Amino acid sequence: MPHILECKGLVKRFGKKEALAGIDLVLEPGRIVGLLGPNGSGKTTLIKLINGLLVPTEGTIRIGGFPPSVESKRLISYLPEHTYLSDWMRVRDLFAFFKDFYTDFNLNKAEDMLQRLSIAPGDRIKTLSKGNKEKVQLILVMSREAQLYLLDEPIGGVDPAARDYILSTILSNYSESATVLISTHLIADVERVLDHIVFIREGKILRSEQVDTLREQEGKSVDAVFREVFKC
Amino acid sequence: MSWELDGERPIYSQLLEQLQLRIIAGTYQAGQRLPSVRDLAQEAAVNANTMQRALTELEHAGLVHAQRTAGRFITEDQGKIAATRTTFALRHANTYLSGMQKLGYTREESLTLLQEADK
Repeated sequence: MPHILECKGLVKRFGKKEALAGIDLVLEPGRIVGLLGPNGSGKTTLIKLINGLLVPTEGTIRIGGFPPSVESKRLISYLPEHTYLSDWMRVRDLFAFFKDFYTDFNLNKAEDMLQRLSIAPGDRIKTLSKGNKEKVQLILVMSREAQLYLLDEPIGGVDPAARDYILSTILSNYSESATVLISTHLIADVERVLDHIVFIREGKILRSEQVDTLREQEGKSVDAVFREVFKC
Repeated sequence: MSWELDGERPIYSQLLEQLQLRIIAGTYQAGQRLPSVRDLAQEAAVNANTMQRALTELEHAGLVHAQRTAGRFITEDQGKIAATRTTFALRHANTYLSGMQKLGYTREESLTLLQEADK
């Protein structure tokens, strides 16, 4: 069976600037993986390459065996760092929009998740708080029955209670055959939901490890190791 | 009982301890069926694979046994539960004694103080 994600010798240059300098990465199903690195380390570039928003300068990417294409987009559910949703739309319009757009969108699941929040289906996006906007976007993304979820900074800029909601939504909504890749620099918050971490710096993978293996070897939390490795 | 995890030690070993504590305390009774891995992971807000690993260790320790398709059940062997309880109690006792040693108390003084504290 092909890997859910396989990157080989991935390089991305923007003019003279090298954003990714040779990434080799294989992800297995049923994992929640943290893509951890400081600002500008290449996290977003890697995610955009995987979902086909950018084209690699060198190297190959396979998603469930497919190169970035219509086929791979069927398998990937993507939460971008910045919203692309039109803010005049209502939550229920967005659900209908996603239902129309993606055959794997599970409307019942989305409605269920929304019910547990104090957001009405008729609310317009622009009237929602930042935290609630993030939650609605996450509901949209996690309601797809995808194989690979790419979540770019899902907990940045929201309060701790909203973070807990987002993390528990991720934990309860991915299937055992799917993989979740979360990019973040808020490590202490996500550490316990991850089982694998990838440290990235200056476009290179510094370390790729099971969370508990790293804790065993270092006698420290991932957060503490991160602070050491990326000390300014 | 809430799931308390500290920063440093491997998460699965902390989950293992907390599961053992729940069995000792009777939160999970002998012979009772454990919630599913997914539900436990959700409750503790941890990765399901990490919870799975803790449960496998718990099985190796003989405190739970898996029954195909039916799930995991707490052992009915009270001796095993009692032995685990003793292990935890000894660990607490040793922590107390080594703490007192750091403060400069002899073993005898530590034991006397322990009786004082109880009054």
